[in-house]
Amino acid sequence: MQDINIKITDREGKTHDIVAPTDMSMNLMEVVRSYELAEEGTIGICGGMAMCASCQCYIKSNHELPEMTDDEDAMLAEAFYVEDNSRLGCQIQITPALNGLEVELAPES
Amino acid sequence: MITTDILIIGAGPTGLFTIFEAGLLKLKCHLIDALPQPGGQCSEIYPKKPIYDIPAYPEILAGDLTAKLLEQTKQFEPGFTLGERAETIDKQEDGSFIVTTNKGTKHHAKVVAIAGGLGSFEPRKPQIENLAKFEDNGVEYIIKEPELYRDKKVVISGGGDSALDWAIFLADVASEVTLIHRRNEFRGALDSVEKAQELKNLGKINIITPAEVKGLLGNEKVTGVIVEKKGEDGFIIDTDHFIPLFGLSPKLGPIANWGLEIEKNAIKVNNALDYQTNIPGIYAIGDVNTYPGKLKLILCGFHEATLMCQSAYKKIFPDKKYVMKYTTVGGVQGFDGTKKEAPKAVIKAIQ
Repeated sequence: MQDINIKITDREGKTHDIVAPTDMSMNLMEVVRSYELAEEGTIGICGGMAMCASCQCYIKSNHELPEMTDDEDAMLAEAFYVEDNSRLGCQIQITPALNGLEVELAPES
Repeated sequence: MITTDILIIGAGPTGLFTIFEAGLLKLKCHLIDALPQPGGQCSEIYPKKPIYDIPAYPEILAGDLTAKLLEQTKQFEPGFTLGERAETIDKQEDGSFIVTTNKGTKHHAKVVAIAGGLGSFEPRKPQIENLAKFEDNGVEYIIKEPELYRDKKVVISGGGDSALDWAIFLADVASEVTLIHRRNEFRGALDSVEKAQELKNLGKINIITPAEVKGLLGNEKVTGVIVEKKGEDGFIIDTDHFIPLFGLSPKLGPIANWGLEIEKNAIKVNNALDYQTNIPGIYAIGDVNTYPGKLKLILCGFHEATLMCQSAYKKIFPDKKYVMKYTTVGGVQGFDGTKKEAPKAVIKAIQ
């Protein structure tokens, strides 16, 4: 088993250093939920289908991320508070390459 | 006043299956849902997505699951109040409840089952400072009556199906239609995208991209919107209506104020027994409830609905003796006079 370290800044601005497993086929949204860094019912509403943008986050580090699918791209086109570094957490799988990733959760909308 | 035995708030899969389990106990159900169609998230968010963990269905589309649940429950003749949101609840002296919707429709029931999922679907509102001030005074999030826009100027913003479809529809109704989207690309059915292109070429709708509505003008009513194209100064478009169409998102809403114990945006229930809330006679089942070990799965909602109906029966008929019957043995007797039952074997000598 291999764990990676991630820094996640929650919606109140508090930064958490957390450890995420790479062998549980988890995505970033699920990691946030497993550590309860955002209130239940305010994140991952669609369950991880890139259909609600409740897991939008800003990528603060220079990691190479999986390419955006058309679904994610279209969802971000409809979402609010979108910045150039916005991604949907549910579309980012936790892999060893993401060790040291820094992200901030977008406001609830 | 609509009267029923069990009033179900939420017409998603859990709410729909409750009709069946209640029907086996000869209890009538009526459902309220804020969406205009039954199915909840399954029909609103992901009708074309497959589900793989419905027992006995290796794969079923969410939309098909809704259709099958409706088919399974139809002989129990459920009532529906759709497109209305349950707003208030009043407990009567006899222990029954009156639930009133945002449109004033009243429902009287012996038992209330909240199967509200993540809450009622509300329009997502863009971040424009004075948006709320103009609600119903030129700002509408849902188009209810297209004739309202007859010979008026309309600005629609959004890039999905509903923005495209309404821009196309209103092109023949309104005097001027402007569609504004943050991207150059629209996400919609191919027909809609092509039709919008055609109308743009004919000069019947204006399309401004990539741009956003950043402000609203007017005193009491909307008279114009401030539009910003990326990297350029804002400009004004005169309009009578601004219609932001950014989809729907679920909010727990008014049921959060019913005096129920809430934890993690969900309603706490007694899972050791019958999924009743802290208010006797009000149950919460499916994704809307929480208890230790809760899983938000459709199949768990079905189980919760089944136990809840047994408890509701005892509550409504405290003195009646009852034992659970298998449908294979007892069949299914509908309120519409139909009866489904296993074919009887014949006993006959073969000569």
